[in-house]
Amino acid sequence: MEYSLLIIITPLLLFLLLGLSGMKMKPGMAGIIGTAGMGFSTLISYIVAYNYFFGIGQTDGAWATIIPFNVEWLHFTDNLHIDLGILLDPISVMMLLVITTVSLMVHIYSLGYMHGEKGFQRYYAFLSLFSFSMLGLVVATNIFQMYIFWELVGVSSYLLIGFYYTKPSAVSASKKAFIVTRFADLGFLVGILLLSFYTGTFDFAQLTSDGAGLVVASTAGISFMGLSAASWAMALIFMGGAGKSAMFPLHIWLPDAMEGPTPVSALIHAATMVVAGVYLVARLFPVYVFATPDVLTLIAYIGTFTALFAAVIAITQTDIKRVLAFSTISQIAYMMVSLGVSEYGGHDGLGYMASMFHLFTHAFFKALLFLGAGSVIHAVHSNEMDAMGSLRKYMPVTHITFLIACLAIAGIPPFSGFFSKDEILAACLHHDKLIFFTLLAVAGITAFYMFRLYFNIFWGAEKSYDGHHQPHESPLRMTVPLMILAVFSIFTGFIPFPEFITVDHIPFAAHIEWATVAIPSILVAAAGILIAMVFYMKGSELPSRISRALGGLYTATLRKFYMDEIWMFMTKNVVFNRICTPIAWFDRHVVDGAMNGLAWITQKMSVSIKGLQSGQVQLYVWIYVVGSLVIAALVLFL
Amino acid sequence: MVNFIIFCCLAVMIVVMSILAVTAKKILRAATYLLFVLIGTAGLYLLLNYHFLAAVQVSVYAGGIVVLFIFAIFLTSNKGEMVETHNIRRIIYGVLTSVAGIALAGFVLLKHRFLYSGNATVEGDTEINMKMIGTALMGTEKYQYLLPFEVLSVLLLACIIGGILIARKK
Amino acid sequence: MIKMEYYLIISILMFFIGIYGFISRRNMLAMLISLELVLNAVEINFAVFNRYLFPERMEGLFFTLFGIAITAAETAVAIAIIINAYRSIGNVNVTKLNKLKD
Repeated sequence: MEYSLLIIITPLLLFLLLGLSGMKMKPGMAGIIGTAGMGFSTLISYIVAYNYFFGIGQTDGAWATIIPFNVEWLHFTDNLHIDLGILLDPISVMMLLVITTVSLMVHIYSLGYMHGEKGFQRYYAFLSLFSFSMLGLVVATNIFQMYIFWELVGVSSYLLIGFYYTKPSAVSASKKAFIVTRFADLGFLVGILLLSFYTGTFDFAQLTSDGAGLVVASTAGISFMGLSAASWAMALIFMGGAGKSAMFPLHIWLPDAMEGPTPVSALIHAATMVVAGVYLVARLFPVYVFATPDVLTLIAYIGTFTALFAAVIAITQTDIKRVLAFSTISQIAYMMVSLGVSEYGGHDGLGYMASMFHLFTHAFFKALLFLGAGSVIHAVHSNEMDAMGSLRKYMPVTHITFLIACLAIAGIPPFSGFFSKDEILAACLHHDKLIFFTLLAVAGITAFYMFRLYFNIFWGAEKSYDGHHQPHESPLRMTVPLMILAVFSIFTGFIPFPEFITVDHIPFAAHIEWATVAIPSILVAAAGILIAMVFYMKGSELPSRISRALGGLYTATLRKFYMDEIWMFMTKNVVFNRICTPIAWFDRHVVDGAMNGLAWITQKMSVSIKGLQSGQVQLYVWIYVVGSLVIAALVLFL
Repeated sequence: MVNFIIFCCLAVMIVVMSILAVTAKKILRAATYLLFVLIGTAGLYLLLNYHFLAAVQVSVYAGGIVVLFIFAIFLTSNKGEMVETHNIRRIIYGVLTSVAGIALAGFVLLKHRFLYSGNATVEGDTEINMKMIGTALMGTEKYQYLLPFEVLSVLLLACIIGGILIARKK
Repeated sequence: MIKMEYYLIISILMFFIGIYGFISRRNMLAMLISLELVLNAVEINFAVFNRYLFPERMEGLFFTLFGIAITAAETAVAIAIIINAYRSIGNVNVTKLNKLKD
């Protein structure tokens, strides 16, 4: 399976080609090359997936873990070496499929969406860079390789968010995204160092097979602030994941990241990069579940809170991309919760499977939502809901595909979201009732805000689209990806996921629990949709009356519960003013002062003795004579 | 005794003329006083029975260097520049330094006992003849000076060329 | 009877008078004259030591001889330099001559 290397190398070569040729290449040419390369990569990954699941298949009833390619990149000592390689196991193969598919769709879609934009070639180069880094991340054989690609992903995300670098809001959004995720990555790095220090390895295979025991054994008795060293390590690693996956309270960058081009949001900030944190936790799941179940509980609760928190905010947002961003945060939190409530082995590992399942289905329908939103934005040239209405008449394809995606995310059978969300809820039900009911409520809220979005865009009162031409359906280059993704959104739910992806690689059978999980969740979702329909389909007065009645709560939600302000206060008032300012003062006055003082003393001394170097020969001679006389006198009389 | 009187006359002349040479307001006079000092020195060499040295002293110093000085003085003289403006601080420093030096050197000199036995050779007719000087100057044996002589000739050549180069008009 | 110390006293006096002149005079030619005094004092010393301490040898004599030659060379070059300096700064005042290049 060495050819799996091609999946990763192709985008890298594309990036180099497109990036180096830059503006010399015609935009159309760059787009076609980028898309064709991505198509090739997608093809290879499908072949790899096929060969993995149906060619190699299972050994002893479990899916194998294959490392088709591995090089020792940095050799420090026999124990400490950093490898680069490819690790194929069910989740990485699944991720390859997701990333290449969505990436290809976005490539095709961008041909239409970004048509005529300045820097089209640069855009495709960055897309290739992102694809390369993301693919490298998921096939990482060791945690350090993952960290390297993790940072590369962060960089490409930064570049793409800041694609419209002439727009100040885009620039600050890209900086915000980069700084927040970097801050989280600091925790990740410390976690990696702690973990590998105690286990003596970076390798995933080693960590997940016997690493858990290793961690427990090697860190026994070492604790800090009441938590064991292992817990600290794993919690810090989770911090990295939480930053990338926008878990509360590190979620603040994701809504702002919507300043980037919409296809980028679809690819990076909905389908692939933001689930990297989930993937990280899933990758290290055996360590979490055996060594540090307490951290897993923490993950579950953070996830639950984030899911609810983001869903509530999503209700009030008016920028359609921001609604989708908060919905993404909420859905990723679902995956996190699902991992958090999972246990190991067989049906106990339902949560793990459900998490991966949801990751898989979510990638498609969320990408579809974003691309559909992009299509709408393309038509009306605005992100605001107020500017839209009754677009179903103008944009039938977008309308239908968007509806499919909304049904999928709301969890209406037979669309894919229903199946995966159902598994998550089932896993929660068996673990913790509180989490279950919270997530059930979130499912209802999700259905409500998604259909609020849907009705506001495609139904409601028709707006006067003055100032420019009538909205029209997007070109084929944009609608074809929508249709493909719609097909995925409908049918991926029928994939028997427990057959392929389980925590211990051994397939098990999962059933939909109609009575306790499925029926309630469908009812809740239907209720949400109905409320949204009443509120927004015809455009009623009800929503504004309710929002007035809620008053401060509504405002708080609209302002995203002031999280940005809290962070701003924390960084500006606490970190900058209380900590950095004294340090800066110390640096400026004490450290620099010492240096300046030295310079000042030197200068004064030079000034005072520079008279000796007057260039006056006679002075020199006089000093010479006096000096030799003094020396002679000393020799004589001492 | 006659020698001693001559020596005293020469000594007084040398010291007085030296002082005048370094204090004279006019540079041309200073050069003239220098000439007297040099001639006095030649006299001392004669007293020491170094006749050849005395001859060299007179011809090189008095005949060469002093003439050179006088030419240089004429070449560099401006109207009004001849008068040396004295700086009192400079003079005080110079006098103090010189007095200190004289005191120190004189102390060493008077405290020290030289190991020369008698003075017969000094008073006697021990003139070194020209043949000895010539042999020593041109020989390559021990205590003979052909190499320094040749080096000196190269030095003089370099000095001639250097003098021409430096003083040449651009 | 002339003692050796008498010669040496004259030479010391001449030497330090030369030093004094070198320090106190501003005219470069006057400084050069002072320098001649200094060198002359040294040469007297060579000759005197040779005559009184090692009368059968000639090292001091030749040192004096070479010293005179070197003095002559030095004076010639120095005067060339002084004339050149005079051309560029217009006088022979040593206090004005404190730059290597104007």
